[in-house]
Amino acid sequence: MSVPAFTGSNVMDVDAAKIRGAGSNVHFDKVSVAYGAHVVLHPLTLDIAPGEILAMIGPSGSGKTTALRAVAGFVRPASGRIRIGATDVTDLPPYERGLGMVVQNYALFPHMRVEDNVAFGLRAQGADKALIAERVKDSLATVGMSGFAERYPRELSGGQQQRVAIARALAVRPRVLLLDEPLSALDAQIRRNMVEEIARLHRDLPGLTILYVTHDQTEALTLADKIAIMRDGRVSSHGPTAELYRRPPNRFTAEFLGRANLLPVTVAESAAGPKGFAKARLGDAVLAGAARGEKPGDKTLLCIRPQHLSLTGDAEHTNRIVGTLKEVHWQGELTHLVLDVDGTPVRVSATRLPLSLPERGSAMPLFFTPGDTSLVPEDVCG
Amino acid sequence: MLVWSRPGRIVIWAVFALLFGVLFLAPLAVILLSSLANQWNGVLPSGLTTEHYSDVVQGAAWQAVRASLVTGFLASALALISGTWAALALRIQDATLARVLGVLFFIPSAVPSVSVGLGLLVAFSHPPLLLNGTVAIVMVAHFVLISAFTFGNVSAGLARLSPDFEQVASSLGARPAYRLWHVTLPLLTPYLVAAFGLSFALSMGELGATVMVYPPGWVTLPVSIFSLTDRGDVFAGAALTMVLVAVTLILLLGLERVTGRQTRS
Repeated sequence: MSVPAFTGSNVMDVDAAKIRGAGSNVHFDKVSVAYGAHVVLHPLTLDIAPGEILAMIGPSGSGKTTALRAVAGFVRPASGRIRIGATDVTDLPPYERGLGMVVQNYALFPHMRVEDNVAFGLRAQGADKALIAERVKDSLATVGMSGFAERYPRELSGGQQQRVAIARALAVRPRVLLLDEPLSALDAQIRRNMVEEIARLHRDLPGLTILYVTHDQTEALTLADKIAIMRDGRVSSHGPTAELYRRPPNRFTAEFLGRANLLPVTVAESAAGPKGFAKARLGDAVLAGAARGEKPGDKTLLCIRPQHLSLTGDAEHTNRIVGTLKEVHWQGELTHLVLDVDGTPVRVSATRLPLSLPERGSAMPLFFTPGDTSLVPEDVCG
Repeated sequence: MLVWSRPGRIVIWAVFALLFGVLFLAPLAVILLSSLANQWNGVLPSGLTTEHYSDVVQGAAWQAVRASLVTGFLASALALISGTWAALALRIQDATLARVLGVLFFIPSAVPSVSVGLGLLVAFSHPPLLLNGTVAIVMVAHFVLISAFTFGNVSAGLARLSPDFEQVASSLGARPAYRLWHVTLPLLTPYLVAAFGLSFALSMGELGATVMVYPPGWVTLPVSIFSLTDRGDVFAGAALTMVLVAVTLILLLGLERVTGRQTRS
């Protein structure tokens, strides 16, 4: 069964315009959650702006789903308050919070047709029939599922079911859309398509505030305006997506959000300004790296992404290190090299290799620009 | 377990056929033959007749069928409502309390049905709870004996129900009653029908407690069968037993069709 894409922008403009609503901000004010003596979410203070997609990512047990469930009203905070817009929802039951929620296994009601699933929230809220019919039509059109209204969920593929789940959540005009690992049950190809389609959906519904919980960094990087990286029930780092990726504030963030080479260096010379480059020493090499206030003598990590390492030098790639080639893995589009640089394994992702690659065990220079680097302190929860 | 060798499969099928034939088919076949037997003095009946069926139909058989059906239906419906209610209520209780109350629910099924009947007779023979001699005490006896099974079936269904369904329904604005009626109960339907079917079958065959408490005019099929065989009218008792089996089987097959449809949807 073919999976239609979300409707194109022309059609989308019409349907999305009807769906578009003013999203609300979400404010966590020192929200903690505990089961008995076991604290699963330490006091969390965080804001999601109206119309923003915030991705919460982190390993299993990091507290990201607990934070989402606290917003939804399925776990009660041990302390702190949660506000959605101007409303303090901490003590409100889930059905009075005005949210939409999409979960990993879709949770479409199997005894209802697609149109009844989408109409469910409106019927539950006592909306009149004309409004329900209009909203069902618009919501299904928005996710490209208009032709499937009379089918049962069992007659749909996984990707189609997830679209219906999104349509069902959109039909109630939620103040905030909660997405709890919504693509985890899909296979890799469909997941990639769905990520792009959710991004397109948000472009067409820019007012929609989304809290997106995932363990998949690619989904987070593709979709989120901001990312909160969770670890052991705490926010390890939080900030604009590109900023977190380019200038990770700590080792955990650098390693969790994409692949990172972290070279232990000693600062030799401070940066001239707040956004300048410090000079740091790695063995005999002196490297320039984007600084964050380090002082001479500080021991820190120089973060450089595998795809920013070049096998050839030029005027821009002024940083140079030499490593011993250990492994070469060809993966079609990319070739991954692993080198040993002063005892630290360094990964290189290259799209093009020189005609003659040195043999394993040979010394090999690597080049990178200071602008692609960042000095990263060892783990400090931010 | 997969058996790959042909002799192994033959042995297994032979053991199955022997056990099934001796334990399950043979008793039913003997009852069926008895219900049709003219005389039975040797290994097999000496002649066949439908006279016993005519006799029981002309006698009190239909009243017994009616009494059994009404008792089974009402007691099962009551057990289904209370068992479902209990299973839903215990789900949101503290785990320890839920476990203790869950065990309490199963106690009546561990007590001999005669003792349950005797207990009810003693408990309800004095004002203000004077039920002795009424149809109600038969209903109560059946309810006590079958409610554990409905509770168990519904609890098993609830345990298999993903909480996501109800949580998503809540997040979309469904209040608890709306959610229960439109999401939880429809998703539980196969388990509810199975629970009702099991309760009904148990009630249709219940004798021990019923024989202790039944009032005149409310003689169920098992009590009638017991009376007939006790008087030595084995052939009529066998005919009535076949009526009981047929009525129960028809109802259970009907319920199975409903369950099958629900499961497929």
